[in-house]
Amino acid sequence: MATFFLSLIVFGPALAALVLALWPGTTDEEHQSRRDDLFRIVTLIVTICVFALTMLVFFVLPETQFNDTSAAMQSTFNADWIPSFNIEYFMGVDGISLPLIVLTALISMLAMAASWSIKKHVKGYCILFLLLETGMLGVFMALDFFLFYVFWEVMLLPMYFLIGIWGGPRREYAALKFFLYTLVGSVLMLIAILMLYFKSDLVVLYQEIDNDLQAQVVEMAEHGTTPPAFLRVEDSQDWKKMKISSRALKQTLAQVSAEKVSGTHRAVHTFNLLALAGIGQKTELYSPSWQRWAFLLLLIGFIIKVPSVPFHTWLPDAHVEAPTPISMILAGVLLKMGGYGIIRICYPICPHGGYDLAWLVCGLGAVSMVYGAFAALAQTDFKRLVAYSSVSHMGYVMLGLGVWSAASPEYVTDYWVQGISGAMFQMIGHGISSAGMFFMVGIVYDRVHHRNLAEFGGLYHKMPFYTAMSIGLFFAGLGLPGLCGFIGEVLVVLAVWNYSMVLAVIAASVVILTAGYILWCLQRVYLGAEYRGPHEEELTPVSTREKSIGCILLSLAILLGVFPYQTVLKYMDDTIEQQAGDLADWTEHVKEVPLLETQTEVPAITDPEASTAAPTEPLAAVAPVRPRPSDLTRAPPSSRGERSIPILAQSP
Amino acid sequence: MDLHRLVDDLIVDTKGGVFSSSSIGLFLPELVLCGTIVLLLLVRLFDNRQQISLFWVSLVATGVALWLARPFGLADGGGIPRVEIFTGMLVYDGFTVMIRSLLIGFAFLFLIFSRLSGIPDREDSADIYALVLGATVGLCLMVSSNHMLMIFMAVEMASVPSYVLAGMLKGRRTGSEAALKYAIYGAGAAGVMLYGISLLVGLIGSAHLPTMAVLLADKLPAFGNGELMVLSLGGLMIGVGLAFKLSAVPFHFWCPDVFHGACAEVNAFLSVASKAAALALLVRVAIGLGTVPPDSLKAGTELQVQAIYQQQTELADLPATTHLTSTVPAIIEQHAPSTRDESIAALSPVRTFIGRLIALFAIITCTFGNLAAYGQTNIKRLLAYSTIAHAGYMMMALAPVMVLAGMDAASAEQAVAGLVIYIVVYLFMNLGAFAVVAFLRNTLGSEEISGYRGLIKTSPGITICFCMMLFSLVGLPPLAGFLGKFAIFASLAEGYASAGQNYLMVLLIVGGINTAISLFYYLRVVKVMVMEDAPDPLPASLSLTRSPGGLFVLLLTAPTALLMINWEMLSTYATSAARYLIQNIS
Repeated sequence: MATFFLSLIVFGPALAALVLALWPGTTDEEHQSRRDDLFRIVTLIVTICVFALTMLVFFVLPETQFNDTSAAMQSTFNADWIPSFNIEYFMGVDGISLPLIVLTALISMLAMAASWSIKKHVKGYCILFLLLETGMLGVFMALDFFLFYVFWEVMLLPMYFLIGIWGGPRREYAALKFFLYTLVGSVLMLIAILMLYFKSDLVVLYQEIDNDLQAQVVEMAEHGTTPPAFLRVEDSQDWKKMKISSRALKQTLAQVSAEKVSGTHRAVHTFNLLALAGIGQKTELYSPSWQRWAFLLLLIGFIIKVPSVPFHTWLPDAHVEAPTPISMILAGVLLKMGGYGIIRICYPICPHGGYDLAWLVCGLGAVSMVYGAFAALAQTDFKRLVAYSSVSHMGYVMLGLGVWSAASPEYVTDYWVQGISGAMFQMIGHGISSAGMFFMVGIVYDRVHHRNLAEFGGLYHKMPFYTAMSIGLFFAGLGLPGLCGFIGEVLVVLAVWNYSMVLAVIAASVVILTAGYILWCLQRVYLGAEYRGPHEEELTPVSTREKSIGCILLSLAILLGVFPYQTVLKYMDDTIEQQAGDLADWTEHVKEVPLLETQTEVPAITDPEASTAAPTEPLAAVAPVRPRPSDLTRAPPSSRGERSIPILAQSP
Repeated sequence: MDLHRLVDDLIVDTKGGVFSSSSIGLFLPELVLCGTIVLLLLVRLFDNRQQISLFWVSLVATGVALWLARPFGLADGGGIPRVEIFTGMLVYDGFTVMIRSLLIGFAFLFLIFSRLSGIPDREDSADIYALVLGATVGLCLMVSSNHMLMIFMAVEMASVPSYVLAGMLKGRRTGSEAALKYAIYGAGAAGVMLYGISLLVGLIGSAHLPTMAVLLADKLPAFGNGELMVLSLGGLMIGVGLAFKLSAVPFHFWCPDVFHGACAEVNAFLSVASKAAALALLVRVAIGLGTVPPDSLKAGTELQVQAIYQQQTELADLPATTHLTSTVPAIIEQHAPSTRDESIAALSPVRTFIGRLIALFAIITCTFGNLAAYGQTNIKRLLAYSTIAHAGYMMMALAPVMVLAGMDAASAEQAVAGLVIYIVVYLFMNLGAFAVVAFLRNTLGSEEISGYRGLIKTSPGITICFCMMLFSLVGLPPLAGFLGKFAIFASLAEGYASAGQNYLMVLLIVGGINTAISLFYYLRVVKVMVMEDAPDPLPASLSLTRSPGGLFVLLLTAPTALLMINWEMLSTYATSAARYLIQNIS
């Protein structure tokens, strides 16, 4: 069922695009406008259906319903796609991707509803829009690295044309710049993918987990608990978590036994993102320097999308030239892919890179925040201002993801979990508020055809309802408590305090700058005595369609601000805790062991074990078989300790 | 060995007890093509009123040849063991079957294409079809050659018809100029290559590639500086000949001029078929000299594994009278595999030399091609430089083959398979691109990029197909061009991951950067077609579904667009094509 529903959500829009493409065109002028309306309505219905289907599948249908108390990947399915390269058609949803999938479906629907201002080549627009939606949804669901990459790139072409054909006066330049930046990033990503693929080996991972199991059996035996007679890796939580497909498993088992018999070893490579994460954390296949390089290549690919200083310059151009609905998509969804990539791929697969380069990620985040805010202050173009505010806001995401605040001496992940939750919430909140802000800019641009801040003023008198919506959404962007922008910012700032006070102070003070440019902007556009710019006569009140889109966004901004836990955090908490916990364990057992070793001369740890299934406290406290240096300094039950469930407790 | 025995062996080899495995049996596709050429020329003598359509004759013949090439034998991924045919002059294996089928298949498509675009008229159709089929035979020989003389002859046999094809449009100055340039460059390159061959053969003492490899492995440690110099010089000169066929920088000068002067149809032939065969030949030479080929089956007998490589001691012991065996390699009993492994290990410096040489050529070719394409205003010149750049990407695949051949034969073969994937994909997208150029020339009368302004208004279907071809040439997923790039980049990454040779990483990065550079000029064409306003009055339009040309373009776009959905079959074919190039049958 999951196979069918997830595929339908992802490829539904593409199928609809195909149908539209085959729909006969017309040259008749009179029919043209009616046909255009038909295309828009059909596309809107498709996006509504996709959104409804998303809600139905993840929140209603019992079979595929999302279980928010589980940290695991859910509704997964793998099918062999290209066995000769071990490529799988592998998708799934967890607490990190679910909110983003829902956001994507929602913003696509609203952006399509906002597309009535598109007048030329409507058929082409609708087809490209639907293809874009397929690409975006696919990125968030794909769990196979190759599949992920394909979706990541699939999104590029429609976006290029959407900006390049339907954009403003400098659209060709902006579209090319967007395309080129993203392509460079994705080529670097491809290199990293191939490096990771050819160094990966499921056999080694299997044996590593096997060693862990054996060690725990010995440990239990020494403490008088009866160890099970026989325990297979395939049954262990660690292995199951990676959702290795049955074919890859068979291949691995054959290799493991072949190795035992004859000593021949052929690596079983994999593109499975979860297995790659396991390899990155549990084995030594990826050497620290290799991981740092891979991390850096992937990070560049992703922060171009985020975008972070110094790769942000495509964003203002693209936003300014793109038509309103595409700006909404760009700010609401596309930027989130960068953050999603960092959290899903960079950190779990290359923990060495993440640990060693945490300063880089945090630093870039902080610089983006400050730079974006100052740049926004200096803009005279309404849309450019909003674009730079995006750069600044996405800086919070980088900062929240970057803090590796689970280092010694306590390995407590609480702050880190807070940082990642903050970053994730910021992504969702920004998706709502920035899409809303761009929509508000679009409404006024459609009427007066300019965006010069100096020529606005007094819109409040002409369009009171519109002004009210705008002020609400801009305040959400500002981060006013009670609106969606606040939660993410405050969580990030609190988390950063533990990592670096300087950064926390900087992050907190950016709020003042944000307030500065937003309030100044509101003053210049909406307040004032009267409107003095061109086309004054066209300042008509907002239509029902515009009203409803704006109201949906505004009410979501309020809802998320008032009930952050019930609407978003509830779903992502467990997943984030588990990921942070895994990485904290990894830090404890791999990264910081050498430091302690030199001080206390503890025997070398043979395998860098980093499972969530750490032994429970009483066990570890008595006399661990393999001394863990960190036990000496470890604090009594951390949040992680309580959560962890020993593997053996569940086995027969 | 007495004369009778020799003659008997020869008869068995040629005609065979088992026809299907004899030299002639395995050479049937080429024979059919040769017969058709003669037929085409004869038909005109007797058919005064020109009632027989030469197009259909050649199309049917090509179809039969394609069927005889038995490409479906590769479907199971098992590969075809190596058979040396015609006493070792040619080799028949999975690689031969795959590339030969591709070439003949391309000729099939090309015949349809040239018919649809109306290039051959009643008057000269016989010449053109004969030339195309003749060139195809030459290309097939290139792919399967196993002997230095055969290599030279095959290259010439493929080149001479190409020279004439380049000047096919009679009475056009640019066409004649192109043909002349091509012929002069070609003659020069062939001369250099022949000289290189004579140096190598003189130094090593054989012209049969497997024997050369064994002898070279044996002699290499004893070579002094002077001999090494001659060896590398010989290698370089052969490289020049191949680089000319590949239009690799700095031997590419003919390419843009010829492409500009010749018609788009001929360009398609030169850029796809000629290039594919040249790459296959490069693989043959590089693997032939860099490793010792695996055991070979004896042609004409029940297929049984027999070792082809000569034990050097036995060769030395042979009396002078029977020294024929050095050109006609004796088929001897299999001997201990250790000898082969030792020889392969001894050839390691040769592989390093070839690998780095090709890597250097690849980097220069790829970068130069992409940079030079940027300034072009004529679509054919632009595609000429794009062809040069693609030759660079494809040559990159050889570097990991050379690196991995000594360590992990299966991975090295996988790298060759990557190249095969690229060639297949390239066939569709480049033929498609030139087909669009040719049909648009017929419709718009322009081959300038600026002539395509606002094409999306008048011919939306064709424009979308052309955009797909161009994006596929960039290598963007989900279009097929990405698969080729992915396969080649993957083998580079694998070579780097398992051998740690830094220049493979350099190649990978250069390949990546070049992908981004190439975006610029392909995108410029797209931009002109899609985003600029159409000239007034609107030019003639070309329908995608209502004109035969449009349907042909659609036929070529379909694999480019849809291959991504499932390319496991392509991968299986490629893997089995590369099987037994290096690995022994066991």
